[in-house]
Amino acid sequence: MKRWESYFWPLLALGIVLILWRQGVVYSGTKVFPSPFDVQRGLAELIRKGLLWGYIGDSLFRVGVGYALAIVLGIPAGIILGWYPKAATAFNPVIQLMRPISPLAWIPLSIVWFGVSNLAAIFLIFMASFFPVVVATMNGVHNVPPMMRNAGINFGLSPADLFRRVIFPAALPQVLVGLRIALGISWLVVVAAEMIAVDSGLGYLIIDSRNAGKRYDLVVAGMLLIGVIGLCLDLSIRRVELLKSVRWGFRNE
Amino acid sequence: MAQGVTTTPERAIETAKINVRGVNMVFKRDGNEVNVLENISLQARKGEFVCILGPSGCGKSTLLNIAGGFLKATSGSITIDGEVVNGPDPRRIFVFQERGVFPWMTVEGNIGFGLFKLSAEERRKRIAYYVKLVGLQGFEQAYPQELSGGMKQRVEVARALAVNPDVLYLDEPFGALDSITRLIMRSELLRIWEAERKTILFVTHDIEESVQLADRVIVMSARPATIRRIVEIDIPHPRDISSPRYLELRDSIFEEIGLAHKV
Amino acid sequence: MKEFYKKLRMTFPRKLLPFSAIAVLIVLWHISIARSDSSILPGPWAVVLGIAELAQKGLLLKYIVASLFRVTWGYLLAASLGIPFGLLLGWYQRGEKAFNPIIQILRPISPLAWIPIAILWFGVGDSAAIYLIFLASFLPLTVTAMNAVRNIPAVNLNAGRNFGLSEGQVITRILYPAVAPYLIVGLRITLGIAWLVVVAAEMIAVNSGLGFLIIDARNAGNRYDLVVAGMVMIGLLGIVLDIGMRNLEKMKSIRWGYGGN
Ligand SMILES: Nc1ncnc2c1ncn2[C@@H]1O[C@H](COP(=O)(O)OP(=O)(O)OP(=O)(O)O)[C@@H](O)[C@H]1O
Ligand SMILES: [Mg+2]
Repeated sequence: MKRWESYFWPLLALGIVLILWRQGVVYSGTKVFPSPFDVQRGLAELIRKGLLWGYIGDSLFRVGVGYALAIVLGIPAGIILGWYPKAATAFNPVIQLMRPISPLAWIPLSIVWFGVSNLAAIFLIFMASFFPVVVATMNGVHNVPPMMRNAGINFGLSPADLFRRVIFPAALPQVLVGLRIALGISWLVVVAAEMIAVDSGLGYLIIDSRNAGKRYDLVVAGMLLIGVIGLCLDLSIRRVELLKSVRWGFRNE
Repeated sequence: MAQGVTTTPERAIETAKINVRGVNMVFKRDGNEVNVLENISLQARKGEFVCILGPSGCGKSTLLNIAGGFLKATSGSITIDGEVVNGPDPRRIFVFQERGVFPWMTVEGNIGFGLFKLSAEERRKRIAYYVKLVGLQGFEQAYPQELSGGMKQRVEVARALAVNPDVLYLDEPFGALDSITRLIMRSELLRIWEAERKTILFVTHDIEESVQLADRVIVMSARPATIRRIVEIDIPHPRDISSPRYLELRDSIFEEIGLAHKV
Repeated sequence: MKEFYKKLRMTFPRKLLPFSAIAVLIVLWHISIARSDSSILPGPWAVVLGIAELAQKGLLLKYIVASLFRVTWGYLLAASLGIPFGLLLGWYQRGEKAFNPIIQILRPISPLAWIPIAILWFGVGDSAAIYLIFLASFLPLTVTAMNAVRNIPAVNLNAGRNFGLSEGQVITRILYPAVAPYLIVGLRITLGIAWLVVVAAEMIAVNSGLGFLIIDARNAGNRYDLVVAGMVMIGLLGIVLDIGMRNLEKMKSIRWGYGGN
């Protein structure tokens, strides 16, 4: 494919989508659904009022804290479960049972425990990202080839060194996959949590714009922001996967 | 019991570096007992290159793993310098097939893996020395996925040699390489062995390979493995692989295993 | 006799081990509820009674069916449109180039962010929820199918052409078997997401289903025993769905794709 084509086709597709969107709004004669221009004006209005950065900051803060907590607790838990098969046998059923409970199903309980507050949202993010992190770490540690473990032992490494120099680096690529999935789910959950459990953030922006005055231009503006920020989060965690010391674990996509 | 070309002289047992005495190994699988090794006894002198040759699945890796301390024999014992083997030890390094290199470390990191007790300066010197010995200059910072199969194998050998062990266990180290690389690696290994004089136990199922490399070839039977014969290869290195003596020894092993050597 | 006891000691703990942590957690739960003065949160027994009450009223089955109905339709719709679309994009490089940026921006938009628009277009009802499930599953499936096609080794395709297969035969005899394992994994992960989303959608956009049960039990009378009962049912059904998908992965014709574990 020629060089210009790699710009041309995406721009063409984007242009067609925008035109279809606008014409659809015009022909249907809808009064509520916004055209691309309405959305752009909506975004400008949010920036002017100074609400935008606050909402983005709130959402990112909740995701940041909940996700960090999940990492800090989930990785050690996963390591223990991966290292001691007995522990895994004991706890696996609990994990498998808790995992498919939609994190959002915890909303009522989180409100009882934490009230309508940042803590409630953070708790939900934590619940959403904890299990993917634990499971990925557990599998990563469990799947370290015995040959590598033996090589480490052969060179006389102490258990702590064996862990630090062999087991952990060997498991790291799988752990990173878990971290990426968890971040994606966190971003999905924070929006939902903000629609129900708190009164700030991008999720709140969306639901509030609809409830207070049917401002669908702001709804769509909020959605696009969520998409762009989510994309940035995913791209930045993918950069980590490119580091040489973990790249061996990823098939070239 | 083995009446071959030569058997181990009795006196060698006293000076043996590695002494395997009456090792039996029984695996339990799905409630069945699988007899893998049956009464294996063999010795290796200090600095000797011993090949263990046998058909696939007979128990060669099992024997090597027992000698390395990774597995416990059902009965029998292994002593090295008179000391009973109880577990892995950095004085005896096991070289796995190329898959044993750590993919998250550079060539330097891999070769220096076992040198954590040395000062940084000494470690650097040793790494440089062994990088040169195995001919990987220029690839110090490369990661294993950027190396060919033969280069990875050399990294593993260098990683083992760097900790200056007295015994090397090699389990079909060249099995996954193409035949040209395999030939090159054989002469590299011999060159290194002549420079460092480690005691080597080398597992293979390639008859030519064993006759080219070893001082002695231990020929094993199919499972349950017993020692069929021990063949002394009394040809000095570098070996002429079309010399009558080479062909004679090679063919005697072919016959021992029951293979006609006509294709 | 001695042998027998030895055997008992050996096998019993191992069989019981998987249940031990669950048992301990339930006991801890019971104790902490019993010792706190809070009368809001239910103990394990209250939850069992709650489930029984729901079953008796006929609500349990009704809500489960409602949730499964929405997931099934949204998910099937997404699979039947998303997979062919993804395969096409993977097969024709230009298509992928054109659509990839749009897909990448739409994908991280939480499906739940579409709730206002879903309600605007479909009103409060099944269609809105089905639409949300569809959105949640469509893009992941498209991307999986696209990557699966792109990852087919060129040698396989060339070998097929070498043997003189027609374009159609290449698709049925090489493309399909090569992408099947990836698709099945994608389908399983996506079903998990769909299950997560239906619960959230039901909390906001409709008035039946397990998600509705949870939010309604809380809003109408703080019945937290029913809230937790709903959560337990969501977890159990989620496991059943996941196990079902895993059994698909075990089918012989696609098992080559899953390595040793
Ligand atoms: N952990 C184990 N449990 C049960 N059986 C085993 C185990 N390890 C090896 N075996 C069995 O012992 C036998 C010998 O295995 P081993 O790996 O030692 O063979 P080998 O001679 O090295 O074969 P190859 O040349 O193919 O590498 C095989 O039949 C194998 O099935
Ligand atoms: Mg072997």
